[in-house]
Amino acid sequence: MRKVRAIEFVSLLASLMILVSACGRQPTAANSAGDGGPQRAIQNKGSDTLVNLALAWAEAYRTVAPDVSIAVTGGGSGTGIASLINGTVDIANASRAMKESELEDARQNGVEPQEYTVAIDALAVIVNQANPVSQLTIDQLADIFTGRVTNWQAVGGNDAPIILVSRETNSGTHVYFLEEVIRQGDSENTDVFAPQTLLMPSSVGITSEVQRNPNAIGYDGLGYTDPAHEKLIAVAKNAGSPFVTPSVATGADGTYPISRALYMYTTANPDTTIAAYLDWVRGPEGQQIVAELGFVPLSPP
Amino acid sequence: MAVVQKSSQIDAPTDATSQTNWGEWFIEGVIKVAGISSIVIIGLIFLFLLREGLPAFLDIPLRQLFGTRWYPIEDAFGMAPLLAGSLIVTVGAVVIALPLGLTTAIYMGEIAPPWQREILKPIIEVLAGIPSIVLGFLGWIALAPLIQRLGAPTGLTAFTGSLILAYMSLPTIISIAEDALYAVPKEYRGGALAIGATQWQSIWRVVLPAARPGLVIAVMLGIGRAIGETMAVMMVTGNAANIPSLGSGIFFQPVRTMTATIAAEMGEVAQGSLHYSTLFAIGIVLFVISFAINWLAGRLVGMKGMRRSRRGGML
Repeated sequence: MRKVRAIEFVSLLASLMILVSACGRQPTAANSAGDGGPQRAIQNKGSDTLVNLALAWAEAYRTVAPDVSIAVTGGGSGTGIASLINGTVDIANASRAMKESELEDARQNGVEPQEYTVAIDALAVIVNQANPVSQLTIDQLADIFTGRVTNWQAVGGNDAPIILVSRETNSGTHVYFLEEVIRQGDSENTDVFAPQTLLMPSSVGITSEVQRNPNAIGYDGLGYTDPAHEKLIAVAKNAGSPFVTPSVATGADGTYPISRALYMYTTANPDTTIAAYLDWVRGPEGQQIVAELGFVPLSPP
Repeated sequence: MAVVQKSSQIDAPTDATSQTNWGEWFIEGVIKVAGISSIVIIGLIFLFLLREGLPAFLDIPLRQLFGTRWYPIEDAFGMAPLLAGSLIVTVGAVVIALPLGLTTAIYMGEIAPPWQREILKPIIEVLAGIPSIVLGFLGWIALAPLIQRLGAPTGLTAFTGSLILAYMSLPTIISIAEDALYAVPKEYRGGALAIGATQWQSIWRVVLPAARPGLVIAVMLGIGRAIGETMAVMMVTGNAANIPSLGSGIFFQPVRTMTATIAAEMGEVAQGSLHYSTLFAIGIVLFVISFAINWLAGRLVGMKGMRRSRRGGML
């Protein structure tokens, strides 16, 4: 009994010592890293459309500036912007421009957001590969997604119900599609998605439903679609204009009608580390990654 | 909270002379505080929900709040489709889980030989330990395509959610129902068999009625588990805020539940906005529903059941 006690005591003492020394060492470790230039962490959050791109940038940037670590999280454009307003992130990713109400909220919090266009995204409309429909006009898309047309027959397909698939309402992609396709840029138009639209919490939710459901139609960023597993619909601006298949080329030259800018937001006058990162992102190296991931680079690299 | 109290109890000076009195006084106090704290916390939660959610009830006309269109980014805050969605998914889950759970419990408690019970019980406990998100993933990857192949327009339907929820509430129903059966005195069975009843007659006419209060609790806790579940449901029900059309296909269409709505939209709303308070208003409705379920369970089985139902069921 006595012996056991002694052992317990020694082990307790030992673990305490380890704990104390570990606590003591932490600041020193930080200091030694500080000798080679301060380790800088950038918090980057927002759009799920941008998250893969932002991760690829962050990873590649490690080789450019090893002392800067960038933490990327998704959550949606609204989430990222809200975090910027609340001051919990350095860079907010957004697949839409900030709304007037958000700018007001930001100014009330003493934040003056600064906008950077970082890439162009073409929004691809996708259907199952078994679906005979391969081209649609914006008008037809609006009819389909508002529920005015509920059978594929009406747009030249099989006699089958149309299953609508969309992102959740907190997604910038959802808002963009609503404004530019369903309402065709008309601010007076109050059409919305049909209530029977399936709202998916992620991009993968959309592509997987389209891949396995022959009657489904969805939309997603071009970088998230895979022509090998789902069919990309060629879209025409109106009945008279040509049908254009979405691709990096047609997005860059502006012939594909559903494309949009992707943004990063910082507070006004970001510090040099953040500014350097954004310059790199918008420079040739960053834009090379944009093209590799299936998005459209700002200017042809 | 209890943990903090425990450690402060260890740190407290224990003077040898006054140890018994002070120690007893202290422990009594700790137990009292711990007992009351859960009531206080429930009260605080409800107050918090009310504070955040009341603006929705005040600013949105009730007719609109329980209207048929939910599209918050355009200020359409009709909760009816969400209520209908939660209701359909939960009813479906109960319809599936009830017979499965009760028969499993009866088999385990009354019919199975001991060695089978020894195998079944730990397996069911493992089932209870599977995180709900894993079941949701399973439903999304494996179950949804299967249901689509059965002829539903899409695999993401209320029925898919019900199936996942049924499996999630089964362990609760089985273990509590089995406890209830176990609590029925052996003499009841012996007596029934002695007057010439078959085993089935003794189970159906004697054991089940005697265990009724516990069985009702089991079912109610199962329902509580089902209606409060969020992530798994969000993954498999399609989240379409549509008023389901009545008819034979009612379970085979996509629905959006209240819990999934809160989870999907909470991350984006601006604090203090109407959308924000409406999400809390949904929380209030959920709270009231789960409260009603617990109350109903209490009413159905009397005070004894009331005491046991506190074990869970709250969201």
